Amino acid sequence: MLEIKNLRARVGNKEILKGIDLVVKTGEVHAVMGPNGSGKSTLAGVLAGRAEYEVIEGSVTYDGHDLLALEPEERAREGIFLAFQYPVEIPGVNNAYFLKAALNAVRKHRGEPELDAMEFMALIRGKMKLLDMDQALMSRPINEGFSGGEKKRNEIFQMAVLEPTLAILDETDSGLDIDALKVVANGVNALRSPERSAIVVTHYQRLLNYIVPDYVHVLSEGRIVRSGGKELALELEDKGYGWIETALERA
Amino acid sequence: MSTETRTIEELATQEYKYGFVTDVEADTVPRGLNEDTIRQISARKGEPEWLLEWRLRSYRTWLTLRDPDWANVKHDPIDYQDIIYYSAPRRPKTLKSLDEMDPEIRKTFEKLGIPVEEQKALAGVAVDAVFDSVSVATTFKGKLAELGIIFCSFSDAVREHPELVRQYLGSVVPYSDNFYAALNSAVFSDGSFCYVPKGVRCPMELSTYFRINAQNTGQFERTLIVADEGARVSYLEGCTAPMRDENQLHAAVVELVALEGATIKYSTVQNWYPGDKNGKGGIFNFVTKRGHCRGANSKITWTQVETGSAITWKYPSCILQGDNSVGEFYSVAVTNNYQQADTGTKMIHLGKNTRSTIVSKGISAGHGQNTYRGMVKIGKNASNARNYSQCDSLLIGDQCGAHTFPYIEVKNTSSQMEHEASTSKIGEDQIFYCRQRGLSTEDAVNMIVSGFCKEVFRELPMEFAVEAQKLLGVSLEGSVG
Ligand SMILES: Nc1ncnc2c1ncn2[C@@H]1O[C@H](COP(=O)(O)OP(=O)(O)OP(=O)(O)O)[C@@H](O)[C@H]1O
Ligand SMILES: [Mg+2]
Repeated sequence: MLEIKNLRARVGNKEILKGIDLVVKTGEVHAVMGPNGSGKSTLAGVLAGRAEYEVIEGSVTYDGHDLLALEPEERAREGIFLAFQYPVEIPGVNNAYFLKAALNAVRKHRGEPELDAMEFMALIRGKMKLLDMDQALMSRPINEGFSGGEKKRNEIFQMAVLEPTLAILDETDSGLDIDALKVVANGVNALRSPERSAIVVTHYQRLLNYIVPDYVHVLSEGRIVRSGGKELALELEDKGYGWIETALERA
Repeated sequence: MSTETRTIEELATQEYKYGFVTDVEADTVPRGLNEDTIRQISARKGEPEWLLEWRLRSYRTWLTLRDPDWANVKHDPIDYQDIIYYSAPRRPKTLKSLDEMDPEIRKTFEKLGIPVEEQKALAGVAVDAVFDSVSVATTFKGKLAELGIIFCSFSDAVREHPELVRQYLGSVVPYSDNFYAALNSAVFSDGSFCYVPKGVRCPMELSTYFRINAQNTGQFERTLIVADEGARVSYLEGCTAPMRDENQLHAAVVELVALEGATIKYSTVQNWYPGDKNGKGGIFNFVTKRGHCRGANSKITWTQVETGSAITWKYPSCILQGDNSVGEFYSVAVTNNYQQADTGTKMIHLGKNTRSTIVSKGISAGHGQNTYRGMVKIGKNASNARNYSQCDSLLIGDQCGAHTFPYIEVKNTSSQMEHEASTSKIGEDQIFYCRQRGLSTEDAVNMIVSGFCKEVFRELPMEFAVEAQKLLGVSLEGSVG
């Protein structure tokens, strides 16, 4: 589904991603871990098409197409969803109205009929239950005045409604209390299917108890320095990133 | 060049392409302005002596006044002797079908969602039986007449209801009020007149049906609306379709009179030609609009969405004389490219327990300059007067400007004033967030801007609000990304 080859990207003159290779097959969940500033959000941003990141080398193929040639909204309509580490606030724009417009943009692209307000409300009712979303949040402006946890939950709620084929979750667990963490994990797991994949960026093994990954990668200074199965996350939790870095130096 | 600019330019050349009938000269007074021109205008319109006298007094006052120079706008001096002050409405040649219409213009109309029949009328296509505006207008007028409501052109009102016109004309905006009001009073061409009798609620939004017919009122328009005791009326002015006019200067006067317990709601959506991408051409819109809450418990609401004009100079105001009277002003003003807007309101509290609300939303993009200028005056007898003002500015890009000048004058200590102001920018982050969810940049900007203007759109009659929202989108097209 997703094939990243020797991806190098920079912001201004600063090179942040220094040659990433990663293959995510359909149905797989990959966890990406790594110290602060190692480039995890940058990788997520490059995949979603954020303009400030300039790709200087490498390629990204998604469903057999050149992903980097697409505009951000085209990527989204093709099924790429980014749950933001820091969701932005958009004053005055109703949350439900926004999501309906987003869903219809995706549906239109897929050649499906657009939903009217009634159909949309019927659709989101179930998803709201799944994510234990407060009805009141739907009629408020996007993320405005939401608590940190509410913002994260709203991201996953949007994901549940949009049903992406490749979901990228950037530290969705940060700032969630333990109950919310379970709810969010449920939301992600409900989407797991042989047709969908996910890249889950996190600092904590805890999330991976609920969203069990097929692979774990460690990013450090813009490179994937280690990949393994779900045990790798446990090992990291135990020994910290220093362990990998020393291991690397020794090698 | 963006599609929008191209569309407008196409539009600009369009009227020229249609060509005008050649015998126009016969019904035009010579260029320039003097007492003789005014006598000619008045004579051609068959006006009574008192009105001619009033025009002449206005003219003599105008001669003593100067162009206002306090507004935050820049333009070359206007040569008032180089204007033709009266010409009979010019009729563009009719087209056989919409297929003959410029495809670019059609696209704009479609984007704005203007119904096909209306498009035809706007484009000068001969209308068929389905949309016989004359018969629609006739049924409509019949219904109003049953209720005793007078709604007609200003010239008709002068002929058919001279006593009403004479009683109220200039009673809210005296001809000596300001330079442009004096000019308008001297040379006004035509406009609308409306009188709603005691206790009558006008059952429909006025002027929706007349949008097309009422367009050719010229550059010095005059509107007078009187709501008698307990009457209610909602009036819509303007049109979302881009309007091009060969007259650069537009100086209208609108007067509203609300007697005891009366309510007047006046909504405007204006989309005059704003000039090209470099700021050339475009309409100067210098308007004086004022409402007088003359009786107790009366209410006047101004709602405006201004996207057009090269320069807008406009302060719809309320004189709150009656006790417990209410004045409201809701405004969205957009300036893109090189447009300049200096707009706002005056709320003059004279009566007791009078209340006013001001909500102003300024949107600047490109090199646009947007100024809010507001004045709240609390007179010494206005005990317990209250005002709430909110002025928000939204900037798109970093070459535009937003300015706020709120003036306050309080002569009664029991009054309460509240003022809030904010300036925000549409962030790249917000747009990226929307695009990541599948929305185009254009849709993202539209959504953010509409969210910003929500409190004003809510005040517009439903179908007008939908059009206004689309219009905003079209006006800001290409301003981001
Ligand atoms: N717009 C930017 N301008 C300058 N530097 C940037 C920009 N974006 C990212 N960086 C830098 O790139 C590096 C990687 O940032 P990134 O956000 O990808 O890290 P991360 O792995 O997600 O970290 P965290 O775990 O703290 O979220 C950091 O040093 C960061 O300061
Ligand atoms: Mg990060």
